[in-house]
Amino acid sequence: MRVEALVKRRKYSLIFFSILLVFTLASIIVTDFDVTKGFTCIPKAIVWSTKNFYPNADSLEKIPKILTKLKETVFLSVASTTVAAAFATFFALFGSHTTRINGFLSILIRGIASLFRNIPVVAWAMILLFSFGQSSLTGYFALFFVTLGFLTRAFMETIDETSKESVEALKAAGASYFQIIFQAVIPSSLPQMISWMLFMIETNIRSATLVGILTGTGIGFIFNLYYKSFQYNAASLVVVFIVITVFAIEFISNYVRRVIL
Amino acid sequence: MELNESLKSLWAEFQRQEQSAVSKKLKIRKANKASIVMNITLVSLALLTIYGFFTFDYKGVNILEAVIATITNLKPMFLEPRFNHFGLGKGLYQVVVTLGLTFLTTLIGGTIALFLGLLAAQNLSSKNVSNLIKGFVAFVRAVPTVLWVLIFAVAAGLGSVAAVIGMTFHTVGYLIKAYSESFEELDEGVIEALKASGANWWQIVFQAVIPSSVTYLLSWTFMRFEINYMNAVAMGAAAGAGGIGYELFMASGYYFDLREVGLITYFILAIAIMLEYISIKLKIKVL
Repeated sequence: MRVEALVKRRKYSLIFFSILLVFTLASIIVTDFDVTKGFTCIPKAIVWSTKNFYPNADSLEKIPKILTKLKETVFLSVASTTVAAAFATFFALFGSHTTRINGFLSILIRGIASLFRNIPVVAWAMILLFSFGQSSLTGYFALFFVTLGFLTRAFMETIDETSKESVEALKAAGASYFQIIFQAVIPSSLPQMISWMLFMIETNIRSATLVGILTGTGIGFIFNLYYKSFQYNAASLVVVFIVITVFAIEFISNYVRRVIL
Repeated sequence: MELNESLKSLWAEFQRQEQSAVSKKLKIRKANKASIVMNITLVSLALLTIYGFFTFDYKGVNILEAVIATITNLKPMFLEPRFNHFGLGKGLYQVVVTLGLTFLTTLIGGTIALFLGLLAAQNLSSKNVSNLIKGFVAFVRAVPTVLWVLIFAVAAGLGSVAAVIGMTFHTVGYLIKAYSESFEELDEGVIEALKASGANWWQIVFQAVIPSSVTYLLSWTFMRFEINYMNAVAMGAAAGAGGIGYELFMASGYYFDLREVGLITYFILAIAIMLEYISIKLKIKVL
């Protein structure tokens, strides 16, 4: 019996690794992936970055310019997350199993949320570029839609997890729908919801950098500008500021989470 | 320090006010630190948002007009989608290219993360090594994926190599965290029993640690596959990695072809929803 199980395990892992190998080879062929270059480029990149990719005295003059763009990106991600969270709260209340008022509406909201979430932020940016052009609004709405989709699902799960029992108890006691929402559902899910919002702000800073490269706004634009004009010292300074910003936001989020959760 | 002082006085002020409010109106809900922090967080987010709207670079875009234009654009985009610059065969091929980039990234990232994850797990490694790796991971994750790809593009040239290696960085960062947490859940007794019977580190890892956490590892890896798919689409558009993302970028940024953008979005969406469906099924099975 033991031996048979062992043989079976061997067989399964053999099949698993063969499939993995086939997929790997197929992927290497379709993507034109140069395996040797893949391995050699890492040491090459390290050598290159120690020689060229560090902030120097000249690049320090660009700090005010970088900070203006950084501010724009941070505000973009905060504003899109906050507004999306307000809408997502509404949608989640009508979509979650615990607080929905109508089965059809709930399915509709779940469908829309899934649609918004699964269209990548790049696709949103490319769709909105037609009418909003290269303004901050393209990035704003691209982040807004994806965040709305994500937070609606996260909030629905939070509501279902945290307030199922209290809603049942309040219903039995004869509380009205609005009393249930404002006295039980919102207060008990708020800490978790804020935690999700902070997570999304952090994610959106990174997404905003990407969208910025495509739409010519914010910190992504300034990085791309320095990068394309071979001003690598200035570009590295942009990276330093992004890392500092993300760490600062992570630090604040962790503090808030520790206190409220 | 000064900030700390002022925060403290603010906090004391809050408590005083809250107490007086309690005594005056006999409020039942007592304010504690958690609810004050929550309120401060929400109010500051709201203020930052309002301030943000005043500082955005609108470049003279009329919001109302642009919203109307978007809505009118949606009709040809999603109701009359069609290919203009390439056919169905090439479209499907480009989706496969994107999935290939995703697969390679996840595979290379997963393999590296497996080893570093073992070193980052506190029950299998020393505290210093674990903290060192976790610090490195925090740094890797703070830099956006697209910047990693562009940095590697200088050494490797724009293309699939830079995209895969750059995206691998973030994948490794994400998976080390997930893997090491799964390893840390392993019962301490198992490791001790194996150690006592004379098993070495590699034997402990391959006979106990990996077999017992393999289902978690696979489901985390698949979740990362899903994220990497979105990243691969993005890198095609922003960092010349090819695949369906590149076609999207060309259709929108160069040809201004609404209908093609619509069709490409449908392609991307179909795969994304399929991946999400598989991931949910896996989660139910595993967790």
